[in-house]
Amino acid sequence: MTSSGQALVEVTGIEKRFGTTRALHDVSLTIKAGQCLGLVGRNGAGKSTLVSILSGLVEPDAGTVAFGGEPAPRVGDTARWHEWIATVFQHSMIVPDLSVAENVFLGSTPALISWRAMRDRTNGIMRDWGFDIAAGTLCRDLSVEQLQIVEIARALARGAKCVLLDEPTATLERDAGRRLFDRVRQLTAGGVAVLYISHHLEEVFEICQDVAVLRDGELVLAARTAELSRDDLVLAMVGQNHQTQSIERPVAALVGHPSPGPGATPADGEGVVLSVEDLTADSLRGRLSGVSLQVRTGEIVGITGLLSAGVATIGRVIAGAEESSGGEVRVRGRRVPSGQRDVAQRAGVGYIPEDRHSEGFVPHLGVAENVTMTITKRLADRFGLLSPARRVAAAAPLTGRLSLVSSGPGQPVGELSGGNQQKVTVARTLAHDPSLIVAITPTRGVDVASKELLLGSLAGVARDNRAGVLLCSDELSDLDICDRVLVLVRGEVFTEFTEPPFDRDALIVATEGIAQEAAE
Amino acid sequence: MISNSPTVADGGAGTAPPAAGGVGSWFSRKNVGLLREVALLPVLILLIVVGTVVSPAFLTVSNFAGIGQQSAALGVVVVGESLILMIGGMDLSLEGTYGLAPMVAAWLIVPIAAYGEGTDLSPYLGIVVLIAVGAAIGLLNGLLIVKGRLNGFIVTLGMTIVLAGLQNGIVKAQTLFNLPPAFGYLGAASIGQVPVSLIVAVIIFVLVGLFLRYQRTGRAIYAVGGNPAAARAAGIKIDRVKIGVYVAGSVLAAIGGLMEAGRVSAVTGQQGYGEGIIFNVFAAAVIGGVSLKGGRGNMIGAASGVILLGIVQNILDLTNVSNYWIEAIDGAVILFALFLARIVGGESTAETS
Repeated sequence: MTSSGQALVEVTGIEKRFGTTRALHDVSLTIKAGQCLGLVGRNGAGKSTLVSILSGLVEPDAGTVAFGGEPAPRVGDTARWHEWIATVFQHSMIVPDLSVAENVFLGSTPALISWRAMRDRTNGIMRDWGFDIAAGTLCRDLSVEQLQIVEIARALARGAKCVLLDEPTATLERDAGRRLFDRVRQLTAGGVAVLYISHHLEEVFEICQDVAVLRDGELVLAARTAELSRDDLVLAMVGQNHQTQSIERPVAALVGHPSPGPGATPADGEGVVLSVEDLTADSLRGRLSGVSLQVRTGEIVGITGLLSAGVATIGRVIAGAEESSGGEVRVRGRRVPSGQRDVAQRAGVGYIPEDRHSEGFVPHLGVAENVTMTITKRLADRFGLLSPARRVAAAAPLTGRLSLVSSGPGQPVGELSGGNQQKVTVARTLAHDPSLIVAITPTRGVDVASKELLLGSLAGVARDNRAGVLLCSDELSDLDICDRVLVLVRGEVFTEFTEPPFDRDALIVATEGIAQEAAE
Repeated sequence: MISNSPTVADGGAGTAPPAAGGVGSWFSRKNVGLLREVALLPVLILLIVVGTVVSPAFLTVSNFAGIGQQSAALGVVVVGESLILMIGGMDLSLEGTYGLAPMVAAWLIVPIAAYGEGTDLSPYLGIVVLIAVGAAIGLLNGLLIVKGRLNGFIVTLGMTIVLAGLQNGIVKAQTLFNLPPAFGYLGAASIGQVPVSLIVAVIIFVLVGLFLRYQRTGRAIYAVGGNPAAARAAGIKIDRVKIGVYVAGSVLAAIGGLMEAGRVSAVTGQQGYGEGIIFNVFAAAVIGGVSLKGGRGNMIGAASGVILLGIVQNILDLTNVSNYWIEAIDGAVILFALFLARIVGGESTAETS
C-alpha cells in the first residue's frame, strides 16, 4: 500500500466564514506521500474553499495548514507555497500565446531568462514523467488534455510534493480521462501526493485509495474507498434524512415513462417540433457533416458522442448560437435561419448553453433579472417599462421550482455556487415557455442532487408542457431521461438507441464508432 | 438578508465562498449601493469649502449658474459616453461630433457672407440637421464596430480626425458668428437665474437614469455590457442594442455641441477636438463609477463626476492660477479625483441595479 507514507499535508481544525455563511467548520485531514485522496461533496459543501486554502489563496479564520510537519508559508507567498502543493484548476490557467516551456515556468522565471535552460528543463520533466509534449510548442496549438499535462508539469517543475486536481476530467474526453488516471497512478507511484476532487464517484473509486466527504462545510466521512459502496458515499454527501425522496422522485418517475403521446408516430407531422435536414457546420467544437433528425412534442432525444464528434455543435446550431454551412432547421414546420439566437428564441427554441460562465448569466446582475432576461418583452408595458417588482414576481416560481438558493432575488449570480448558477441558466430558459429546449451538457460540474433536479425539471417540461427536449451531452448518466439517443461519430449520426434504458457499455462502444462491426 | 429565502426549502448549496458582498447585516447590498452612489458627496463638499475659502465670488447664485451652464454641455456628452461605456464600447469621436454637428448646422444656416453655405436654412431645420448629423456619425461608428468587427478605439480615433477635418474644411477654418437666437437659445438663454441648458441637461440625466433602471432596452444595456454572450443566448439582439447606443451617444454629443455653440455664440473650428474635451468626458464618467469594462454605472454617478469637474474648473478660474499652469493643475486634479473615486467606490466602482 502506497498510502502509508509520511504525512505531507496536514490540515487541522480549519474554520472559514464568509459573512454569515459558514464555509468550513473544524475540517482536519491528512494527505500522505504517494496517496491519492479523493475529495467529494455537493456544490456549496466547501470544496472550493478548501481548495483555495490549500492553494494558499485564502487564509482560514482558524486552524492550521502544515507541510511536512512545519507550518505552511504565509498566504500569498505563492513561490514557497508551490514548493509543497500546486493546484491544477478546473479552468485552465495557461497563457495560450506562450510556449509550453514558458507556461511551465510561468511566474517562477529568474530575472534573466535562459531560454535554453528553460526548454531543457521542461523537456526533462516531460521525459521523466513520460509526457509527450515538446517544450517549444505554442500552447494555443495544444488540445485540452495536453494543456492539463502542461499544468501538471508546471506543478512538478516547482517541486510540488502534492498536486491538487480540481475536477480534472470535466473537460476531457473519455479516453483522455483514462490516460489521466494512468498519469495520476504514475505520480503517486513516484511518491507525489494527489488530492483528487470530482463529482464523478466512479472515478474516485477507480483511482483514490481514500476518500473524504464534505457536507455543509464539515468533514463527515474519511475512509478507505475499498471499504465503501457507492451508496455509502452518496449518503454521506447528501445526508441521512436529507430529501432523498425528492431527489429520486423526478427521475424515477420519468424513466420508464417515455412521453410520446398516443398516436404520435414518427410520420405524424403534427407532433414534430424540430426537424433537422442534412445539417452541416464547420466549427471549432467539432464539425457536422449532414445530420438529420426529428424531435416530437413531449419527446426527449439525447445526442451523445466524443467531444469532437459535433455533439455541442449541433445543439448550438439548432439554438441559433452558431451558424450552419448547409441544411435546414425547422421548428414547428417553420424554417429558422442559422446563427440568429434571437430569431430562434422567438421561434420557440430554448437554449441551455454548454458553458454557463461564458453564456449562461450576467455575473453582476441579480438572480431575478437573469432569470427573466428572456422575457423582458412579456413583462414590460407598451412603453417597454418594467418594474423590478414584476421581475421578482415572475422569477419566484421558477427559482422555487428549481430550489435555487440565494440571499434574495437581487443577489448577483456571480456570487452563487456553480450548481445554483446552472439553475439560473435553466430557469432563464424555462421562463419563456419554449416549445423546444436545447440543453448542452446541462449537468457539467453540478452535484448529484442538483443534477437530478435539473434533469427532472427538463423531463417535467417535456411531460407537462409538451415541449421537445434535445439533450446534447457526453455524460452518459444524463441520457437516462431520454426516450431515444442518437450517437454522433465525426459529425454524422452513427447509430440510434430507441429502447430505454440504454446500455452504458453499448453507448460507450458506439461513441467510438465501432458498435456496428462488433454487433454484426 | 443573507439567510435563505423562505420559498426555498433546502437546496443544500450555499453561496460560493468568494462572495464579494460578504458583509454584516447592516451593510446589506442596498446600503452598500447607496453608499457608493453618494461616495463623491464628501469630495464635493470639500471642494465647495475650498472654493468658499479661496474666493468670495464662489458661493454665489450667479457663479453656480455659470458652473451649471458650463457643465451642461459636457454633462450631456458624458451621458452619451457613459451609455457607450456601459455596453462595453468606447467612442473617442464624440468630441468630433460635438464640434462637427453644430458646425454643419450653422454652416447651412448663416449667409454666405458669414462663411455659410448659402442655403440660409431655418434655425429649426438646422437643429434637425444637427441631430441627423449626430445620428449618422453614430450609425457609421456602430456599423463599423459591431457589424464590421473593427476595434472601437481605433475606429473612433480615426473618425475623430475625419470629423475635425470636416469641421474645419467646410468653412475653411473660419469661425461662424451671428447665429440666429433660436439656434443659440438652448445654450444661451436663462429662465430667471437658471440656464436653460442646465435644465435640459438635468432632464436628460433623469430620463436616461430612469430608462436605464426601468426600461427593457435600458436593462439590456447592462446585460450586453456585463456578458454579451449570455445576453445573446437569452435572445437579446445585442447588435441592435449596441448600434442603437452608438447612435444615441452621438446624438447626445451633437446636442452638447449645440449647447456649447449657444453659450459662446459661435461655432469655432476648435470646438470639441481642438479643445480636447474627450479626456474630461471620460474622466467624469469614470470618476462617477462608470466601468470602462462595461456593464456597470449609473446616471447619479455620472452626474456627480460632471459636477465635480465643473467645480474644480471653476475654482481654478476664480483663483487666477497662471494660464501657463492651469492645464497641468487641472489634469493633476482629475487624476487625483480618479484615485479618490477608486478608493471610495471600491473594487467594482458603482452598483447597477
